[in-house]
Formats: sequence, C-alpha cells, structure tokens
Amino acid sequence: MSVEFTTPVSSEKADSYVRAALRSPSFMVGATITAIVVLMALVSLVWTPYSYAAQDIPNRLKGISAAHWFGTDHFGRDIFSMIMVGARTSIAVALVAVGVGVVAGVPLGLWAAAKRGSLLDEIIMRANDLVFAFPALLIAVLITAIFGPGAVNAIIAIGIFNIPVFARLSRGAALSLWQREFILAARVAGKGAVRISFEHILPNILNTLVVQVTIQFALGILADAGLAYVGLGAQPPTPTWGKMLADAQTLVALAPHVAIIPGLAIVLTVLGLNLMGDGLRDIFDPRLRRGRR
Amino acid sequence: MPAYLAGRILSLLLSLVAASIVIFLVLEVVPGDAARFMLGLNADPASVAALRAQMGLDQPVLVRYFAWIIGMLHGDFGISYTYRVPVAELISARLVVSLPLAIYALLLTLVIAFPAGIFAASRRNSKGDLAVMGATQLGVAVPNFWFAMLLVLVFAVSLHWFSAGGFPGWQNPWLALRALTLPAIALALPQASILARVMRSALLDTLGEDYIRSARAKGLTRNEALWRHALRNALIPVLTIVGLQFSFLLAGGIIIENVFFLPGLGRLVFQGITQRDLIVVKSVVMLLVFAVILVNFLVDLSYALVDPRLRHR
Repeated sequence: MSVEFTTPVSSEKADSYVRAALRSPSFMVGATITAIVVLMALVSLVWTPYSYAAQDIPNRLKGISAAHWFGTDHFGRDIFSMIMVGARTSIAVALVAVGVGVVAGVPLGLWAAAKRGSLLDEIIMRANDLVFAFPALLIAVLITAIFGPGAVNAIIAIGIFNIPVFARLSRGAALSLWQREFILAARVAGKGAVRISFEHILPNILNTLVVQVTIQFALGILADAGLAYVGLGAQPPTPTWGKMLADAQTLVALAPHVAIIPGLAIVLTVLGLNLMGDGLRDIFDPRLRRGRR
Repeated sequence: MPAYLAGRILSLLLSLVAASIVIFLVLEVVPGDAARFMLGLNADPASVAALRAQMGLDQPVLVRYFAWIIGMLHGDFGISYTYRVPVAELISARLVVSLPLAIYALLLTLVIAFPAGIFAASRRNSKGDLAVMGATQLGVAVPNFWFAMLLVLVFAVSLHWFSAGGFPGWQNPWLALRALTLPAIALALPQASILARVMRSALLDTLGEDYIRSARAKGLTRNEALWRHALRNALIPVLTIVGLQFSFLLAGGIIIENVFFLPGLGRLVFQGITQRDLIVVKSVVMLLVFAVILVNFLVDLSYALVDPRLRHR
C-alpha cells in the first residue's frame, strides 16, 4: 500500500521539475505561446506599430500587408496594434479573476471538508451554492444593470463566479481523501485539521486544482471576450478581442480577416494556457510520473 | 436517506430565500430610487411618481420584498415597464426557446463528452487518446460566439442547410428544432470538450487507486476494471461539472441568442439591462437562479446515488 507523505519542495525537487518541464512538449509549446501573448501585451504598454485608436478611413478593411500585418478594420485602424492592446485587457481580467477564485475558494473548500457534516460545512457550502447559482454572466448582468459596463465589473463578475468553483472542487476532492489511511495516520500522529489540510490534502488535490485553474483561466479569457462581445466588458476606445468580433460580425462576408484574426487570438491564447496547464499537471503529479517510469 | 433528503430540501429553500434577497437588494435597494434610476435623470416628475406608485416604492422595503415573493408564487411577476405587458407573459414566451435550447445543448454535451472521455481514458497515451485530447484542447479554446459566427458562415450563408437566425415557433417542431440546432452546437461544443477532459482526468485518477490494482490483481483487464469500478467512482467530479455546465448553458444563452437573434430569456434580460427595465431583469434573473439552484439540488441528490457512503453521513 502506498503511503504518501509530502515533503516541502527542496531545491533538488525544483531541479527535477525544471528537467521534467524541458522534456514536456505540451508545456514547452503552451509556455511559448503564452510567453508570446504576454510579451505582446507588455510591449503594447510602450510600443505598437500604429496607435490603436488612429483611424484611416481611406484604408479601411484592407487585407494583410507589409504595412498592416493583420490588415485594418472598418475604421482603418491597425488590427495588429488592436490585438496587442486587447491581449493586455484579456490577460489582466482573467488573471485577477482566477486569483480571486483560488485565494478565496480553495481555503473555503478545504475548511468545509475538514469540518464535513458540521454546521460550518453546511454554511460554507450553502453560501457557495448561493454564489454558484449566479453564473458569471448573470453576475455581470446584475452589476452592469446598476453600475454600468466596464473591465473592473467584468473582473468582479468572473472572479465571484470562480470562488464556488474552486471551493466545491477542493471540498469534493478533499472529502474522499479524508477517508484514506494516510490521513488517518496523520490524525493518529496528532496533527490538527488545518495542518492536515495544508500538508496532506492540498498537495494531493493540486493535480485537480491545476487542471481547474487552466480551465478557469481559459474560461476567464473566454468570459471576458463574451462580456466584451455583448458590450458588458471594457468600453471603447479600449480595444478588446470580444468587441472586435462584435464589430466584425456584419463584415464577415466582406472582409473575413476582421472576424477571423481576433477569434484566432483568443483560441491561441486559451490553447497556450491549457497546454501549459496540461504540461504542469504531468510535471507536478507524482503519481503520473511514477506511472511513466 | 430521508435525513439526507430533508437536509437537501431545507438548504434548497434557504438558498432560494437567500438568492431572492440578494437580487432584491441589488436591483431595488442599491440604486436608491429605482423609478428615477429606470427613467433616467431627465425624466419628468409626474412619470417618476407614476412608476414609483406602480412599483410600490412608497412602501417599506420589507413589504415590497414580501409582495414580490408572494406575487411570484402566484405567477404574478409584475408589469414590464418597457413592454407594458405582464412579465409572466414575456417569460413564458421566451422560456419555450431558452429551456429547450439549454436541454438540447446539454444532451449534445453529454452525448459527445461521455464516450470521448471514456475512450480517451481507456486508451491512455494511444493515438486515439491524443486525437481526442487534441480535439478537446481546440474545443475548449474556441469562444462559442465566434464558433457560432463560423457555423452561420458555413452552414447558413454558404451551404443553406440551416437558417442564419430567428425562431419560427413550435407550431412545426421540426423547424423549431432545426432553428435551435446551430445555437445548440455552438453552446455544446466547448462544454463537451471541457466535460470530456474532466471525465478522462477523473477516470485516470481513479484508475490509479489501490482498489483498481486489487481488481486487476483479481484478474480483471484494464477495461473491465474501468467499467465495473472506476467509472462510478469518477462520476462525482464529473457530476459537479455537469451541474455547473447546465447553469452556464441556461445563462450562456444570452450571448448565443444574440448571435442567432433568438427570442429567448437571455435576450430578454439583456434588453432589460439596456432599457433599464429592472422589473424584467429582477424576475428573469430570479427565474434563472431558481433553475440553477434546482439543478444543484438534483446534482447533490445524485451524489448520494453514486456514492452510498454519503447517504449515511
């Protein structure tokens, strides 16, 4: 029977992670794509080929060329510059929203699992259900109905929705672990619920959490694009990939690149993040690595 | 089991009460004077006073809350400010589009995800697994409204197999289903990709457990162990995600309904937002939230069916 006792990450272990990362094709491809998108977003802070707001009506809806790498939109704006600035908004919204979900949701889920069956568990999970009952779009709808649309409201809406996702998942995964022998051993050894949750439960559910973080990050980018598409996200003149698609919808037969390029930007970014997450899962999960040997 | 059931029903009711309080507070108390908020700053005082009277805003908050709840229990959702018709009529007309769309999309999701996830897990690291994972990787990454635009471009504009949008009503169920097919596919594909990945990952997790090793030691093949033991144990995380997905499919309709110009609840609530018709927004959001809470309740009950240990807690 395997007994897993988790030790803190040593420098030796960190080295083995790096070696495993370099050997994982999905991590390397995903990390490269993600790095390119992040780099684009960062460079856009100091430089873009054209001003993203500069209109050039005579050159509207121009295709891909040396002057305009991704062509121009219906106002003659440079699509490459808009994609660069759009990357900034998307990453910021999704990153903060996932952070909110993890930081608030995981401890809540672990706590509920540690006190499973108690009134506290019931209160935490019912409070989660309550938030859970409001899909991100509905939270965005409620917030927007009163405060109007904007990037911050998009972050709040997606972030709030992420909390019960991580709480439920952590609790569900932790519950089955609490029945296992190695947890019983830790309890017999006199460890408290908090210590067991963080030393034994958390490392053993990281696999599930990492997969979920990638899913929620991907969903964050997608939700941000969706909110921007229906006009509930960051407002013009800030370019967002979702708004670019909304503008392109009626032009798709006339100038397909206007609709295809922002969509591809979203797909590539989400794909990169997911591939990186898959790679990380293989790298971090001791059971998967043992199985491979 | 009766105690488990009673506990779930109690929490279902508490969740509904709590959700209704949140919605009421956000939409009726936060804006201050809801009538002035709805009509804008430049509205003439007489219209504001009329709307205030119609909404019963001169009464205490508690009275208004209970009037709203009791009204809804009797099927009275108030009168829409912009449409000038009972909100209940608007909702029932839109529900016959949104609910079938969500169910259609959920069925497509399950039909695609379960076989794909089980196939990939049972043939881990094979070419088939890689192909399924590659396809779902792409499916997860595609925004559903962009996918919807591409579907319209290919299957409506170029091939003329489906209409590009609109809904003909249920007089002819075949035409209605046809109108909902592209929207359902657009909604289902990304969800099916997510679910297939969760299914595969949950199965692989359980396949690494000691009891699977025991089952293999007893002489079961890997696939027999998967079907007899791993599948049932992998269902809890899968059910959690299915519950989440149904609520996404219901509310996610907002966006897809916009692409296809479907007269559903999503579009109703979105129009309510832009027209500041808080009476419509309040009732539609409450109805969607009610549906989500009910689905979560059913998912909770199904946990007990899947894992008998939970019944005896």
